[in-house]
Amino acid sequence: MVEFYLQLNPVVQAVLKGLAVILIIFPIGGVCSMAERKVSAWIQGRPGPNRAIVPWVAWIPLVGTFLQRLGLFHVMADGGKMLFKEDALPGHVNKFYFVLAPIVAMIPALTTVTAVPFGAYLDSAGAVVPLVLANVDIGLLAVFAVSSLGVYSLILAGWASNSKYPFLGGVRASAQLISYELSMTLSVIPVFLWVNAPGMEPTMGLGRVVEFQSQPGFWGGAWFLFIMPVSAFIFLTSLFAETNRQPFDMPESEADLVGGFHTEYGAFKWGLFFVAEYAHMLIGSGVFTLLFLGGWNPLPWIPLATFVGWLSSILPIAGNPIFVGVLSITIFLTKVLAMIFFFMWVRWTLPRFRYDQVMEIGWKKLLPLAIANLLAYAVGIALLQS
Amino acid sequence: MAIVPLERKPLTFAERTYIPQIVAGLKTTWKHLVRPKQTLEYPEQRPAIPAGYRGVPTLVKDPHGREKCVSCQLCEFVCPPKAIRITPGAIALDDPTGHVEKAPQEFEIDMLRCIYCGMCQEVCPEEAIFLQNQFSMTGYTREEMVNRKARLYELGGTLPDTHFKWDKKKAAEDHGNALH
Repeated sequence: MVEFYLQLNPVVQAVLKGLAVILIIFPIGGVCSMAERKVSAWIQGRPGPNRAIVPWVAWIPLVGTFLQRLGLFHVMADGGKMLFKEDALPGHVNKFYFVLAPIVAMIPALTTVTAVPFGAYLDSAGAVVPLVLANVDIGLLAVFAVSSLGVYSLILAGWASNSKYPFLGGVRASAQLISYELSMTLSVIPVFLWVNAPGMEPTMGLGRVVEFQSQPGFWGGAWFLFIMPVSAFIFLTSLFAETNRQPFDMPESEADLVGGFHTEYGAFKWGLFFVAEYAHMLIGSGVFTLLFLGGWNPLPWIPLATFVGWLSSILPIAGNPIFVGVLSITIFLTKVLAMIFFFMWVRWTLPRFRYDQVMEIGWKKLLPLAIANLLAYAVGIALLQS
Repeated sequence: MAIVPLERKPLTFAERTYIPQIVAGLKTTWKHLVRPKQTLEYPEQRPAIPAGYRGVPTLVKDPHGREKCVSCQLCEFVCPPKAIRITPGAIALDDPTGHVEKAPQEFEIDMLRCIYCGMCQEVCPEEAIFLQNQFSMTGYTREEMVNRKARLYELGGTLPDTHFKWDKKKAAEDHGNALH
């Protein structure tokens, strides 16, 4: 099996790997939409969706009931509904761009995943090798560059809908995403200044950041969340704004803009916007986890290699690269899903900011803070590393 | 009342960063997340119906199984939306309850008209019609929404009766005035 895979053409290998990752992201996106409904319900003191069940699963005692109570089959019901619903195309829209917008939303959402490592394994020499679709040096730069293309879909959707609320939503989206991208990018520069110490091969790759957080010693093993809390805070806040999550969901604020940029959308096209939003959240949480939460390291000051070393002293199979790969992916996904939960938790905690407040926070608070943070760390790192 | 000028303290730095408020808010929502659910899972769990609830109007029988309605039609006349339609009928004289003389041949309550006011229950001299606990009435057709006599007795069942008015009447008739 492994030999057969390795003898394939590298292009075929890459396509297979890409498909595998997309096949993981899509269901997680679907489950996230379910989790959103469940978490909302729990916070509001309701049990949430818990009715849908496939008959032959209902026959399994306990497990069937548990899955039903968890609302797992509502994912399928929702997806099926979205697929088979009439896909109405309003008469007043610009049809070409109207159809193009959800496609444009999906492409960057699924492309960014290529540069995001999601796990690691130990090679025969005991070195940690990150699992990533394309281990390129531009790493985070690629993520930022491609993910900001996502705003075009919102602008296109808002404009092509040819009606006032989607248009306002599109305008808000463009203004908000541009404002927060600045602080977001500035907030991660200290991390890369710190990671690219003199004498090392310079890289923007996220794998290196995790590697840096898994070094021995107090400063080496500390996650960047502890070393650079301000950066982490700015990045997280901007992430909320970039993914249009509450309290920054200006582009679709349903109270004042009906549905914002997707007012005129329905059925599958609307579903695509939704999946793209969740994919953005997933990638954003992934990047945050890699940068500030130690990536696939289980706990601060306990890197993956040490953890696997402990495990293999109990369980001989633990040294197997496949086992380590699965373990690291599990740890990473757990952290990412915890982040997603945090997104949902915040959604039901904070009210939406007013539009002028969003702009004020972005330009007058976060941006100066990000610049000051960058300068402080630049001076500090220069002094430390010289 | 005198005007009291309130002193508005300027926000502290911590307050202006929003962070303490956000943390407090997250704590509050977390408490809500873990506490027991507040809702009732309706078809399986039913709400407790308080005493005196005015649900669907029904006809009841007395503990001996005699239908109490004597088709006096007072409820039909008092019903504000004219939801009740009674066809009076006679009870055969050789029947054990023949002395009651009248019983409804047909009793219809149109639940599409009924406003659950309870005037029928209030006006009934025989305590035969009661608004009981049932609160959900559904149907696919207009016909289904009309409760006929059999259905009304099925919904109403038997309620305890302390008077047994007609039994006393019969006893009085049998003994003449000697009893009193």
